[in-house]
Amino acid sequence: MIGRQVQRNALVRKTGAFCCLYWWVGLVGSKVSWSAARALGLALIAGACFFAGCSQAERADLVLHNGPEPETIDPQILTGQADGRIASALFEGLTRFNPTNGTAMPGLASHWDISADGLTYTFYLRPEARWSTGEPMEAEEVVWSWRRAVTPATAADYASQFFCVRNGRAIVNGELRDTSRLGAEALDAHTVRVHLENPTPYFLELAASRVFFPIPRRAVERLGDQWIRAEPLPCSGPYRLLGWRVNDRFRLARNPHYWDAAQVTAKRIDILSGDNPSTALNLFLKGEVDLISDRKIIPGELGPELAQRPDFHRFDYLGQDFIRFNTTRKPFHDARVRRAVAMSLDRSRITARITRMGERPSAAVTPAGAGGYQPPAGVLWDPVSARRLLAEAGYPEGRGFPVVEYTFNVGSRIYEQTGVEIQSMLREHLGIRVELRPLEWKTYLAEMSALNYDFIRGSWVGDYDDPMTFLDCFLSDSGNNRTGWKEVRYDQLLQAAAAEVDPQRRFGILREAETLLVTEAVPVTGLYSHVGLYAADPRKVGGIWPNRMDEHPFFSMRRIRP
Amino acid sequence: MKSWQARLALIPVLVWAVATLSFFLLRAVPGGPFDRERASASREVEAALKARYHWDEPLWRQYTRYLGNVIRGDLGPSLKYRNHSVNDLLGQTVPVSLTLGAMAFGVAMGLGLPLGTLAALRKGGWADHAASLLTLVGVCVPVFVLGPLLILILGLGLGWLPVALWGSWKTAILPALTLGIYFAARVARWMREGMLEVLKSPHVQAARAKGLSETAVILRHVVPVALVPVVSYTGPMLADLLTGSFVVENLFQIPGTGAFFINSFFSRDYTMMMGMVLFYSVLLQVLNLFSDLLLRWLDPRIRS
Repeated sequence: MIGRQVQRNALVRKTGAFCCLYWWVGLVGSKVSWSAARALGLALIAGACFFAGCSQAERADLVLHNGPEPETIDPQILTGQADGRIASALFEGLTRFNPTNGTAMPGLASHWDISADGLTYTFYLRPEARWSTGEPMEAEEVVWSWRRAVTPATAADYASQFFCVRNGRAIVNGELRDTSRLGAEALDAHTVRVHLENPTPYFLELAASRVFFPIPRRAVERLGDQWIRAEPLPCSGPYRLLGWRVNDRFRLARNPHYWDAAQVTAKRIDILSGDNPSTALNLFLKGEVDLISDRKIIPGELGPELAQRPDFHRFDYLGQDFIRFNTTRKPFHDARVRRAVAMSLDRSRITARITRMGERPSAAVTPAGAGGYQPPAGVLWDPVSARRLLAEAGYPEGRGFPVVEYTFNVGSRIYEQTGVEIQSMLREHLGIRVELRPLEWKTYLAEMSALNYDFIRGSWVGDYDDPMTFLDCFLSDSGNNRTGWKEVRYDQLLQAAAAEVDPQRRFGILREAETLLVTEAVPVTGLYSHVGLYAADPRKVGGIWPNRMDEHPFFSMRRIRP
Repeated sequence: MKSWQARLALIPVLVWAVATLSFFLLRAVPGGPFDRERASASREVEAALKARYHWDEPLWRQYTRYLGNVIRGDLGPSLKYRNHSVNDLLGQTVPVSLTLGAMAFGVAMGLGLPLGTLAALRKGGWADHAASLLTLVGVCVPVFVLGPLLILILGLGLGWLPVALWGSWKTAILPALTLGIYFAARVARWMREGMLEVLKSPHVQAARAKGLSETAVILRHVVPVALVPVVSYTGPMLADLLTGSFVVENLFQIPGTGAFFINSFFSRDYTMMMGMVLFYSVLLQVLNLFSDLLLRWLDPRIRS
């Protein structure tokens, strides 16, 4: 009611303003251009009316800034973080993330059993689990959703998360056409049993990830690929979708059929889409946004200063920046040269002077602490040994060393300055000349995949809290390898780790593999572990905690009433 | 000048030429829509994705398919925003950009015309000097400086207006001002020059000699003629307003088409990029045609 009144007043006022303009144009227009002026005036008034009609109603209970417009919010298709946040407001997995630490806790399944060998998981679906349209959700629908996710025709980039499920890899790779052979079955209406290829200590976290979300079978069968545009959209998460305006916002309402609806206090939330960090900050400072959920839309130059404020929260994030070497091209085809370069990089100079958010310098590819794992130190800073290695490789004091290019993607001051720093460190310690090659994003990706570079900036963000999410990038046949490095021993070590039941022994094998990767062969060398940052005034927003996974589930998020 | 019918008939040819040129130029750029940071789960998954967008077909087949769809009015699916078609995205965002453009046009006229008139009537006086200083500033200060300044003062400092977003009428004021002030300054200058020119002409002398009051002379005999240069400027101005809103839309997080001008190229969203190019080339062509017709109607000298 109030909203409508405000709208009407706005319309009156605006129309009034335009009438003045109309009058003025009409007055000076006089005879000759009278009709033109009238037409112009009428057009302006029409515009005003149209605009007043678009007015938003009152402010939502919670307003979040989510970063760039999602490419899709289909949980099986999406890959972006902004996309994933919307999907996790609307849908839920058999497990969900604990908001305090990002580990798995009961979601659509109330509990589960794990067999002693860690290969069989039996999930018990809540009998009260329903879609927001009121239809019940059954175990058969969960299995059907997973079979759809692994079907290559679905084109789910994250289908690789199902490699740990029996026959998942074979189906995704197109070697097995019969999706019913995926290791997942509905025992009865409320019980799902999953058979794994290997004991997978992070499987409960995977079950909470987007690609494992059950999706509404009836809507999908009716609308195919575009089921997400169904109206109303059947949702299983804490919220349901009211509206979606591109580059503006998602408007969500509390889902009354959510099994844990009692915990959800916000009636309506707005999730804004936009990619200008200064604008996001302005909105937050003005109090029009309660939460900025992504570091990428907090102005980078202000990061270190903002991190000091009580309403900005800094945390160690499961991501890593590193350098890839092209092992198929001279001079980096020689491991000694790669190690020499890795040894000449004083990583603390980059974190102290450039990134300045308290990032941890690291020569590994796995951030410290992923799932409790400690990565090897990798090649340590040692310019003297670096020079000796380079001489052994045939380039004493850098003589005869070709000019090499360091490639990075443009768009961040940090990547550019890091390039300059690397350039100066290599000249100083090894006497070699580096040229910088900034590339626009898609060109950068294409050049990296085509191995058309000398050495190149890289980074990775973990999909689950375990070193495997970083280490499997560098398997010989991985599409994410992008270094040309193929090492049978590395592949075997990761296989052995996957088969290992004992967690400590498993970490031991992974550490051996990572040592091979970052200390001996060095097709890749780490720079630093990422730091995350989000903005939320603790006096206004509750139920959100910093955690390494940067998972902030919507069910617990709430507005604190003054 | 060609007849307007002939120019109208040229539009389909223009559409074809623009579609063909942009189709092949875009494909020549390195990197494609399916180059992603995370590799697809498998080659089969990647192949399925490409097949969905007919990426596996030979280029000439993709081209004829695209042209055929354009003729049917279907600009295809967006390659980046996978739950939206290009028609859908344009349908959502074009009205917003048009509204913003219309409001900025209102600012340009509403501020520019009175200011120019005043300056001409008080030629040499302090009002004239003040107006010329204002218009100089208006023309010189770029949008990306003016916008943040207005936000800082009126939005964050005084707290009178929202700093961003698109919703209530209040949210439109700062963006419309930011976008419109430059054009207001241009309009003021045109108006002043036009007025001074007309004030010297014999028909104004005649009107004064007839014993008309000065107000009547100005309103009836000076302003209408002085408007001609301003009207001839409205065509290009509308075009600039509609295509130049990228910075303002980005700054105020306005869900218009501006975002797609740059981003659809960077994300290699070919279909969206081509949809934008096609839509705006047709729109600008129509606007130019319209402003020519308006001028011919206003000024008999052009007709002959």
